[in-house]
Amino acid sequence: MQAALQDLRRCVMDAHGARRPLRLCGAGTKDFYGERRAGALLDLRGYRGVVDYEPSELVITARCGTPLSELESLLGRHQQFLAFEPPAFGGDPTIGGVIAAGLSGPRRSQAGAARDFVLGAVLLSAQGELLHFGGKVIKNVAGFDVARLLCGSLGILGPITEVSLKVLPLPRAQQTLRFEMPADEALTNFSRWAGQPLPISATAWCDGEAWVRLSGAPAALATARERLGGEGLTAGEAEHFWSSLRHQTHPFFRQASVLWRLSLPSTAAPLAIAGTQLIEWGGALRWWASAQPAAEVRALASAAGGSALHWRGGNAGQRFHPLSPAVLEIHRRLKARFDPHGIFNPGRLMADL
Amino acid sequence: MRVPEFAVDEPRWSQSAEAPSRERRLAVAEELHALLPADVVLSRDEELHPYECDGLTVFRQQPMAVVLPRTEQQLRTLLLTCRRLGVPVVARGAGTGLSGGAMPHASGVVLSLARFDRILEINAAACTARVQPGVRNLAVSEAAAAHGLYYAPDPSSQIACSIGGNVAENSGGVHCLKYGLTLHNVLGVRGYTMDGDAIQLGGAALDTPGLDLLAVSVGSEGMLLIVTEVILKLIPKPALAQVVMASFDDVGKAGEAVAAIIAAGIIPAGLEMMDRKATAAVEPFVRAGYDLSAEAILLAESDGTPDEVAEEVGAIERVLQAAGATAIAVSRSEAERLRFWSGRKNAFPAAGRISPDYYCMDGTIPRNKLGSMLKAIEQMEQKYSLQCMNVFHAGDGNLHPLILFDANRPGEWERADRFGADILELCVQFGGTITGEHGVGVEKLNSMCVQFAPAERAAFFAVRHAFDPAGLLNPAKGIPTLARCAEYGRMHVRHGQLAHPELPRF
Repeated sequence: MQAALQDLRRCVMDAHGARRPLRLCGAGTKDFYGERRAGALLDLRGYRGVVDYEPSELVITARCGTPLSELESLLGRHQQFLAFEPPAFGGDPTIGGVIAAGLSGPRRSQAGAARDFVLGAVLLSAQGELLHFGGKVIKNVAGFDVARLLCGSLGILGPITEVSLKVLPLPRAQQTLRFEMPADEALTNFSRWAGQPLPISATAWCDGEAWVRLSGAPAALATARERLGGEGLTAGEAEHFWSSLRHQTHPFFRQASVLWRLSLPSTAAPLAIAGTQLIEWGGALRWWASAQPAAEVRALASAAGGSALHWRGGNAGQRFHPLSPAVLEIHRRLKARFDPHGIFNPGRLMADL
Repeated sequence: MRVPEFAVDEPRWSQSAEAPSRERRLAVAEELHALLPADVVLSRDEELHPYECDGLTVFRQQPMAVVLPRTEQQLRTLLLTCRRLGVPVVARGAGTGLSGGAMPHASGVVLSLARFDRILEINAAACTARVQPGVRNLAVSEAAAAHGLYYAPDPSSQIACSIGGNVAENSGGVHCLKYGLTLHNVLGVRGYTMDGDAIQLGGAALDTPGLDLLAVSVGSEGMLLIVTEVILKLIPKPALAQVVMASFDDVGKAGEAVAAIIAAGIIPAGLEMMDRKATAAVEPFVRAGYDLSAEAILLAESDGTPDEVAEEVGAIERVLQAAGATAIAVSRSEAERLRFWSGRKNAFPAAGRISPDYYCMDGTIPRNKLGSMLKAIEQMEQKYSLQCMNVFHAGDGNLHPLILFDANRPGEWERADRFGADILELCVQFGGTITGEHGVGVEKLNSMCVQFAPAERAAFFAVRHAFDPAGLLNPAKGIPTLARCAEYGRMHVRHGQLAHPELPRF
């Protein structure tokens, strides 16, 4: 593995020296995501493998090229899992790609996002140095939290070569409930339930049905089920549904040619967008298959206190929600210092970064 | 392979600050008095005195002035004025920090956020609180209680410490293992950069576009921005909480019991350990009912619905028994639960009762190194002829050894300081960190040289530069300069090895 790492370092140093852009890539499951892909391919799959995993420490450390499936099956053998439920989009992404994209699945509103589980990361700098940030312990405030800054950076600050993640024990039991109700009623209920000590680990609404997943101790599930009512699903049905949301294999995602991802305060009132909607995260994530003009969708999202991402469709360079000038300036200065010659994924996160 | 340099943005302010001239002091004070109301600017010696230090009292420094703005407009005026005059600004919350993060800069101004003390909104439907940075940590939970909600991070100083300070330090507490650090419970912040630009990072929505600047801002020790508003996540108050208290005749066994609880798939709401010296110090003080014959005691809290708690407490008891606990007690009432915790929460004041001074350390190590660390600390006690009592957030491997000393005895502070540095260096060697929740501040600048390589520290300066190109926000804290590390003279270690052994050394 040392040879693979030295190869990566050499590629990066050469590119830096020659000011030649690199397109960082794992398994390519998220090629659709981001503004633009440019530069010579830097394949990060060769540097792989779990480096350290001791279940009682609740931490796993893996090299960037490790396939998610390998990591998850190892965790599963010890009754543990990645609680942010990273999407695989029907493929087998690398853990480096999972963290660089920073996307989270159905459990996000209850358990936290990918960034909440990042404890440490190693960054291969433009100068070819391996920089260690964070570590393998849960509490760590030495230095700025650059490891979490890298999560969701889409590689624009450099390749993450290794990552340490907090893991959790698998819930002892799960039960999914289904209710027939319109979207606005589902939003009201999600918010009411979130304020009560209920073991809810995911919520969704789609096509006239609200879905609620309970996770935890069997006793707590029984009590919650009694209180909430609804129709109980079999384990197989439940797994199929949540997996289809997590990995976006659900027909809603397959059918839409233009898809918006709106991140909003969970209590935002239902939006007047023309199209069909799928709701996740208790109302904090709203997908819209809609051909409404981009400016209108963005304005609605901004007015509701959130942002809109053109997940599918839209023009390259205008997919992400625009940043305020002061925040954009901080992005520019960070990029200029971490990647002075602009070799890492230029334009992937934002047109001029 | 030659490694080129990472661009370095070291602050131009010396990390051993010299006092400004009398003329400079007067000129800055005059400018501030001219632009801000009279009761907002303090500049007379006797007014500055209370601001000389924070909770780490061994480091003291008088600032040029203290400014206590009432409005964002006044705060922005202060920042723009200091930016124009090139005056450092050190933000201060309640002053309870333990690493000297709010210690003034000799040529700088202290910006107290004490008057930004309003809870702006408790949104029960969204489970959020919008508060100003001067609000006390406990006040948030008190305000949310009417809705059956609370704010989870609970540093021991929660009756006094401010939310702004918690954000600056990424404070923890005894419930981090299950409910996370400040980082996990802050949804967004609003504030100002040193250039006077208003910025918002994160927000009431869960995902925000661009890089996660909120993540670097939490725990940034006042070096990146001044926060004026914080959106906090609130969570439903569990119906019931109970504490299991277990005694062990050996600290190593207690450490193994901690790992066994986690390995059994249990994430207790709190998991704390105290050694015999710590229980002996707190028991006469708070009468918590601790077993004084035990070498170590563990406190494990379970919360949730009554059914859930009963199930989990039973499981914890079984694991503790199997791990060799000599006695086990379960709290039978809320009063008893609070009494079990009272000793742990009062460990620091108890140390102050039995010793003229104490020095609180804050390293983190992998849980499986707890036993080895305690043995090493015992040897260090002999090496430095000083006593050390140990309290741990055992669930997350965060140690708080309290080194007891008497500052009036010549040489004792220096020995305590070296004792502490040794513990932190060992934390790094064990794969841990030099600070789990108290921050680097001014205190652990030297230890940062041990944990981070020069290029890593340069990356930190790059982050700082991106937010504050002039380097005026809390300069000389958090990140040591190359010169300072060279002076300290200890090499950077990682897991017991020198960093980058493949590189040539000059």
